[in-house]
Amino acid sequence: MINLSPRQRRISLAVLISPSLFWLIVFFLFPLLIVVAMSFGQRGTYGGIEWNLTLENFARLADPLYIKIFWRSFSIAGLTTIICLLLGYPLAFWIATRPPNRRTLFIMLLIVPFWTNFLVRTYAWILILRDQGLINVAWTGPIHAAAVWLAANLPGVFWSSLSNLTAEPLGLFGTNLAIIIGLVYGWLPDMVLPCYAAIERFDFSLSEAAEDLYANRLRTFLRVIFPLTLPGILAGSMLVFIPSLGAYVTPDLLGGARSVMIGNVIYSQFMAARDYPFGAAVAMGLMILMVIGTVIYFRAGVKSTDTVQPVEAAR
Amino acid sequence: MKRGPFRHLLNLSALSTFAFLYAPILILILYSFNASRLAYNWRGLTLHWYVDLFQNRAIGAALKNSLIVALSSTAISTVFGTMVALVMERYDFWGKLPFDALLYLPIIIPDVAMAVMLLMFFVLAHMQLGLITIIISHVAFNISFVAVVVRARLSQFDLTVEEAANDLYADNWQTFRRVTLPLLMPGILGGALLAFTLSLDDFVITFFTAGPGSTTLPLRIYSMVKLGVTPEVNALSSMMILVSMVLVFISYLLQRGGGPKIEML
Repeated sequence: MINLSPRQRRISLAVLISPSLFWLIVFFLFPLLIVVAMSFGQRGTYGGIEWNLTLENFARLADPLYIKIFWRSFSIAGLTTIICLLLGYPLAFWIATRPPNRRTLFIMLLIVPFWTNFLVRTYAWILILRDQGLINVAWTGPIHAAAVWLAANLPGVFWSSLSNLTAEPLGLFGTNLAIIIGLVYGWLPDMVLPCYAAIERFDFSLSEAAEDLYANRLRTFLRVIFPLTLPGILAGSMLVFIPSLGAYVTPDLLGGARSVMIGNVIYSQFMAARDYPFGAAVAMGLMILMVIGTVIYFRAGVKSTDTVQPVEAAR
Repeated sequence: MKRGPFRHLLNLSALSTFAFLYAPILILILYSFNASRLAYNWRGLTLHWYVDLFQNRAIGAALKNSLIVALSSTAISTVFGTMVALVMERYDFWGKLPFDALLYLPIIIPDVAMAVMLLMFFVLAHMQLGLITIIISHVAFNISFVAVVVRARLSQFDLTVEEAANDLYADNWQTFRRVTLPLLMPGILGGALLAFTLSLDDFVITFFTAGPGSTTLPLRIYSMVKLGVTPEVNALSSMMILVSMVLVFISYLLQRGGGPKIEML
């Protein structure tokens, strides 16, 4: 592709780009515009759509019921991101500081669960969390038996109250906690991989320089390593936050009636209630929330990247 | 960060995170060999559920649908995605920036949003929901993923190799066919493998764009899980874990063949 005349270049450009351009415009951009337009429409008398300009659907979103669902989704996604970061960053750091030939092995170990079907991975947690699941079998079985025995043989309120507690299953299934566990499990590799890429590129002579300049380890980490690996953290957080915010499968399988998320509302509006315009407005709300979350996060990220010099760290 | 309690803490945390990642998978596989129908009873080992699984016609049909969708969407999106990756790395044109944004959007948009967009489009276009609409939808997100992977490979491409081919009187097509394409191959195969996995894995978008008779494997698993936990689901899930292990291993072999480091996505 070196000796192409301008005309040949134009032709080859057109040939190479047109299939994807066509596909993305017809099957992505156009559907997106339909949903945007639909969110200003009204539900017709017979279930169809009336294309007029109304803000009715967005006004319905302001209902406390939906505000609550949006807030719940936002906080569940936020908590999931934080937990993924707290688990994922140390793991990424650990892998990146192994000998090079071992790193590939550990990254592969990380990718196997990642490439396993999401439904299957969520289903595995049903086996663990439900009332007859692994945790509760242990809780109401051996742990209960031990607590009863200890309560009979030892003084104190602790053992008897523990034996009372363990008589009942923990009721983990169907809670926000179950959803968060499922989401963290599902998206953790998405956090680790970008963090790993950033830490692996990090030049460790910089942290040595900071230590030579009498920065302690915490300071070296906070002022040198952390800011320089921040792009990876930001990328990883986005890769976790966005799918968590729009989650459908996890709250559907692990959550209950009191832990509905935006994804479930969108599903029920489109597939059960058949109120397409309102469903479209909820989907718009999800995308707006996603953009807001991204902007806040990157603003905060840019502010903390000011100081990256080892000299600075020593001050 | 090389000495002292930090190191032990880091070792411990890495070890426990790996345990967290693998424990549910191992528990699932273990349950799939459990002779008891009730998951919380252990009655010894059996292969009974796997035998059931291979005799289940509905699952066979779902697997067939999944493979049709995954193979065709992978083929289309690999060709289109590679072509568009070449454009983005090698050409400058009017509107490149907005097109770049459009190319990234299917990757970052929540899948529920993309699913309802496509459903509404197909409904308004009066298209019959079925395998065709699922394939169209999968291509719509896979083009972007293939393009990202191939672009990563292209950005590390040494242009002097092509110049050398030209100096040796290779014409443009020969240069592309004999030099550029073989060097790009690990990236293209990596992109294809990713597209195949994503297509095989997708539930939400398929769920919204599927019609009667086009149930794929994830849709089948979903309805089985919704009906209740059964040993058959455990066996099916374990088989799928095995398949993903094989796929990861293949991608590892591909990348070892001179490719760039582990692809991010």
